[in-house]
Amino acid sequence: MQCIHFAIWWPLLGLLVNGLFGRHLPRKLVGFIGCFTVFLSFMCSLYAFVMYLGSQTLGVFAEYEYYILPWIQVADLRLDYGFLVDPLSLLMALTVSLVSFLVHVYSMGYMADDDGYPRFFAYMNLFVAMMLTLVLANNLVLMFIGWEGVGLCSYLLIGYWYRKQAPPLAGMKAFVLNRLGDFGFLIGIFLVFWYLHSVNFTVLREKLSGPTELGPYLFTTIALFLFLGAIGKSAQFPLHVWLPDAMEGPTPVSALIHAATMVTAGVYMVCRLNFLFTWSGFALLAVAFLGGFTAIFAASIALVHNDIKRVLAYSTISQLGYMFLAAGLGAFWIAIFHLFTHAFFKALLFLSSGAVIHGMHGEQDMRKMGGLAKYMPQTYWNYLIGAMAISGIPLLAGFFSKDAILFAAFGARPEVLRSAGAILWAVGVATALLTAFYMFRQMYLVFLTAPRFDEQKLRPHEAPWVMLVPLWLLSVGSVFGGYLALPALFRLPNLLGPFLQRTLALAGEEAAAEVHRAGELLGEGISMVVSVVVVLIGVVLAHYLYRMRWGITERLKRVFAVPYRILLNKYYVDELYDSALVAPGRTFAEAVDQVVDRGIVDGLVNLVAFILGAAGQLLRPLQTGFVRNYAWYIGSGAVALVIILWLVRG
Amino acid sequence: MNGLELWVFVPVAVLAVIGAGGLVGARNPVHCALFLMLNLLSLAALFLILSAPLIAALQIIVYAGAIMVLFVFVILFFVRPGQVYTVSYSLPLMYSLGALLSVVALGVVLTALYQGGLFHPGVPVPPTAETPLDVAAPASLGVALFSRYLLPFELTSLLLLVAMLGAVVMARRVSREPAGGKRSPEGDS
Amino acid sequence: MERIVVYSLVLSGLLFSMGMLGVVVRRHPLVMFMCIELMLNAANLAFIAFAWHLQEVSGQVYALIVMAVAAAEVAVGLAIIVAVYRYRADVDIDDVSTLRG
Repeated sequence: MQCIHFAIWWPLLGLLVNGLFGRHLPRKLVGFIGCFTVFLSFMCSLYAFVMYLGSQTLGVFAEYEYYILPWIQVADLRLDYGFLVDPLSLLMALTVSLVSFLVHVYSMGYMADDDGYPRFFAYMNLFVAMMLTLVLANNLVLMFIGWEGVGLCSYLLIGYWYRKQAPPLAGMKAFVLNRLGDFGFLIGIFLVFWYLHSVNFTVLREKLSGPTELGPYLFTTIALFLFLGAIGKSAQFPLHVWLPDAMEGPTPVSALIHAATMVTAGVYMVCRLNFLFTWSGFALLAVAFLGGFTAIFAASIALVHNDIKRVLAYSTISQLGYMFLAAGLGAFWIAIFHLFTHAFFKALLFLSSGAVIHGMHGEQDMRKMGGLAKYMPQTYWNYLIGAMAISGIPLLAGFFSKDAILFAAFGARPEVLRSAGAILWAVGVATALLTAFYMFRQMYLVFLTAPRFDEQKLRPHEAPWVMLVPLWLLSVGSVFGGYLALPALFRLPNLLGPFLQRTLALAGEEAAAEVHRAGELLGEGISMVVSVVVVLIGVVLAHYLYRMRWGITERLKRVFAVPYRILLNKYYVDELYDSALVAPGRTFAEAVDQVVDRGIVDGLVNLVAFILGAAGQLLRPLQTGFVRNYAWYIGSGAVALVIILWLVRG
Repeated sequence: MNGLELWVFVPVAVLAVIGAGGLVGARNPVHCALFLMLNLLSLAALFLILSAPLIAALQIIVYAGAIMVLFVFVILFFVRPGQVYTVSYSLPLMYSLGALLSVVALGVVLTALYQGGLFHPGVPVPPTAETPLDVAAPASLGVALFSRYLLPFELTSLLLLVAMLGAVVMARRVSREPAGGKRSPEGDS
Repeated sequence: MERIVVYSLVLSGLLFSMGMLGVVVRRHPLVMFMCIELMLNAANLAFIAFAWHLQEVSGQVYALIVMAVAAAEVAVGLAIIVAVYRYRADVDIDDVSTLRG
């Protein structure tokens, strides 16, 4: 188990090789190195996982911490380059490395014609290394390093096609908004250290497991600051605006970073610090409500958009909202469960959409697609599986995880607001309806309606096998991933819950059991039935609007023109930011440039130059060119020197 | 020292001053050279009076003998037929400035000497060594030169070598060749 | 201080200032150079005078070295003057004034 850090180092090796020498290596080798290093990461994680399981006595899942080298040891602050091996980090590491590996393999096909092939794989490897650092870290600061690292890679990869105009701007937008969140995160870390005198997770957990004299307001403040970081990284409202723009990056990037892994870092962070968050009911509720709001907010926007990736982007924001909803209600393991299943089906959806785009020779507008089921059948089936999984069609992975969330909400009665659970349950159900609808809308528009493009000129083709195999593998995960935690309703085994319980429960089983016990079996049954019904409604509605009554949407758009426009413009959030923050910022920057930069700084420099020049001009007449003058200067200088020395020495 | 040596000193000093005056004032540069020669020889005599016979001899041999010969040679190198010599007819300002400077310099020297006890003769100076060296003897100079002042001595010889080489290189008449990596003739300023 | 020494030093100062005057006033480069030599000799006289006064042989050593350096300097200086004025019609120090600012 003390080898799991190698999972980080393999991709770093890949970064070095591909980054420094990639240009001179054959393409196949570059791709192979990029994929193989991640594969080795996965193997390391798997090995550590097996070792971990083997070393546990029954029923006790403890954590194992070790460090490679001590880093900072100053007074109270003790920080090591260290790793925490426990169920949560193992699960995250496995998920991250496996999905990353599949995306890397896929990229070998998708990015095959690109010029910057080695650069792509170098950045992707760096990302994997940073993400693994984030999830395996044993203290807040090392986690923050990984946090920043993935932010950096996100920027690099969004702006990967830097010669175009839009990608670098999108990259900057992502980075700036992330930074806002990071500011909160840093304040949170500082506060944690200041009041709790440590940043190490196990130490903090120890300190917070018993009663403490620190006031509740403190915990709320800290938790909210930390959550700000999660808002930024996981694209929750109001810092969600960067994620749709991030679709400018290549599709594998969208799949890996902006769906399966990086954006989930916020959820991971909240769950990792569950022992801190549970000290503030208010903060938890804030998390849950923000998550719920974001979920339905984003889902509503996804209803009307026409770019295939953008719909998926909003869908991601929405699903992340679900995860925060669960976490905010104390059901941390359920949030992670959904994170796990979501990684699979979201990556599947994105990669499939990439296959569609690839097959349509770069077209991304769904209005110009249609009927692709017969041109790319494998992609179609994979996409269908993904859509069914995310909608929550029974027996696929998304059903189990989403249902667990809804059920947790149904039964939750938080101290701060007793009815919160019910409200959030309703929100979650509504979102599920919307989710099902927009996903199947997408299915119909892309695959099952009549083609809306020139079939002769644009010949769509199926993706190459190197892209299809990861799709199939992800489909397997999307189908069977949910079986790790089957509902207690049917007396089926729940493997994941107890596995994560030890890490994610504050004081043993009680906190989690509270969630379970509070929902009687009847409640669980009701919730399940309602959610399934709602999903079916969504599917049927999509079928009606897009299959049976094709063309009715146009009339609907005219009738509901105002809501339609609002949704299409994403509730004008971007425009609001632009006018309220960006424009004033730009004006201020320009003012500073004029006054300070050009006026003062340049002015000073020019002044210095002017003074020197003027002094030179002043002294110019001394240079007469006549040797005799110079001889006189020398002579009088010598005499003056003697006089001065004489006067000085008395 | 007794009054007798003063009788020798004064005429020699006067000669030295005449030589210097002539150097500064004469029009013909060859005359200047000859006046300088007078000055140098007078100084050699003064060195003798001041018990530095070796230096006196070297003054005659090196300065008056070699250096002045070189000077005269170069002066004659630049002699043009029908050349009219003048002291200076441009930069009149330099006359006054130069006079000012030299007066000031002289004043400084005299004042320094006064402050150093110039006009209070008879203050005995204790001998600096237990067995006072015979300053007059050339042997003591040689001993000092090759023991205590060996390094400056060696450096001076190196300096002479370098100067010799430099002089040869600089004064060469360089033949002009078209193009092709030839050094441009030094000197034309 | 003995009178000889005193008078020698006065003479040295006088010669030095006369030399300085000559440097500044004369136009012929070689005459200028000779005035510089005059100044050097005045310094030498001072050295020797002090050597006698302090009964130190160091003064003579210095004077010797000054003489050697003066010789070297003369050689190089004359070479320069020859090189500069070789192709000129007139020998005038004021002609070499192209380095004016």
